[in-house]
Amino acid sequence: MDFAFMRDTFLTLMGGVPLTLNLAFTAVAFGAVFAMLLALMRMSRVKVLDWPAQAYVFVFRGTPLLVQIFLIYYGLGQFRPTLQEWGLWTFFREPYWCAVLALTLNTAAYASEIFRGGLQSVPHNQVEAARACGMSGFLLFRRIVFPIAVRQALPAYGSEIILMVKATSLASIITMMEVTGLAAKLISQTFRAVEVFIVAGLIYLILNFIITRIIMAIEWWLSPHLRRPPAIEPRLEAAHV
Amino acid sequence: MQQLSYFELVGFGPNGWGWALLTATGMTIAVATCGFLAGSIVGTLVAWGKIGGNVVIRSLADGYTTVLRGIPDLLVIYLFYFGGSAALGAIGSLFGAEGFIGVPAFATGAMAIGIVSGAYQAEVFRGAFQVVSRGELEAARSVGMHRWLMFRRIIAPQVLRYAIPGLGNTWQLVLKESALISVTGLVELLRQSHIAAGSTRRPFDFYITAAVLYLLITWVSTYLFQRAEAHSMRGMRRAS
Repeated sequence: MDFAFMRDTFLTLMGGVPLTLNLAFTAVAFGAVFAMLLALMRMSRVKVLDWPAQAYVFVFRGTPLLVQIFLIYYGLGQFRPTLQEWGLWTFFREPYWCAVLALTLNTAAYASEIFRGGLQSVPHNQVEAARACGMSGFLLFRRIVFPIAVRQALPAYGSEIILMVKATSLASIITMMEVTGLAAKLISQTFRAVEVFIVAGLIYLILNFIITRIIMAIEWWLSPHLRRPPAIEPRLEAAHV
Repeated sequence: MQQLSYFELVGFGPNGWGWALLTATGMTIAVATCGFLAGSIVGTLVAWGKIGGNVVIRSLADGYTTVLRGIPDLLVIYLFYFGGSAALGAIGSLFGAEGFIGVPAFATGAMAIGIVSGAYQAEVFRGAFQVVSRGELEAARSVGMHRWLMFRRIIAPQVLRYAIPGLGNTWQLVLKESALISVTGLVELLRQSHIAAGSTRRPFDFYITAAVLYLLITWVSTYLFQRAEAHSMRGMRRAS
């Protein structure tokens, strides 16, 4: 194995990391807002709100992300005159924004189900207790429902963020030069697929490892009730020995 | 030239792309199925390694599932496509052939899908194996069944029963992943839509058709997996 080549490859591919993270986090941030909206629509028990949200989730979870990206990037080109008229063409012309839009719409569908699960897992007696104390509406949501729901949903949402980091690789197909894009370019220039693959895979593993750790730290921070209580009076114990 | 209507475009008439799209849909299903079955074999072996292997085998199996679930599928497909042709090229040059030898896109695709989905299926099988009651395995051993017979008669049928919901999820993943095989030039549904979109300059119409066909496959397979689950659970007492 050629280590000099692998080091160069590593340095080249690291150049794609900012774009990979940029795509992933922009999409996750916009997607989370949209997902929350979808989850609330699904839980509203109003048919006119519930039904479109359900259809949305079905469509975006049932079709490949690459089809969604192509539909937005190439497909909307068919309506170029109309989009130009509306002043939206500058947005849809850019592969970056098309990728972000597709990733956002996609993650929103998956995350909305995770959020819904979290919201539904909030024990009913907690809500009743809060109501008995006189909380209602937004205060109840902010103080009781939301914190418990976040705690429940976080592990699953963590995997969704990892999936998003992996999904950014598809942006390389519409010319975005993130890690996979650079890797594909290098492979087609050097024909050393195995080495480039190992380096690129390593970069993704490191990224995902760091993200997993961050999520675990947030989980730990959010669930003080599950932590072991700190040892009390260690000095006394020492005296016994 | 007169603009064709949408239905003329994707229909089965002289200017329609209907047959091409239908064949490509069949190709999508074929490559996804082959990949899924390959993944079942890989997954079974890896799950076996995780459950019954020694320290070395177990850590190898753990490493495999961690790595394959942590890197983008597209990278794996590139590895198989370019790596496979590089390997074939090296073998070819031994026999005097020169230049780029392409590997069959179908085999590459099915193999890449198999390797990736194997990692997911291993976890599904391992989870399902935990549900099989220890007593039953002991009983099987005590009546003198050896490994293979026990696997065939006791373990496999029960693991499959509990694994069906998880396998259903993996199948959906595999189906969507098969769209990525289009980068290797295999004419499956997405690739065919891309070709049609290029030659008619009607990308939206074709990609939306592709999306609808994918939804249709998803929908039908969800139904089939539900049926299979109901069938496998017949005669089981349900806690309710």
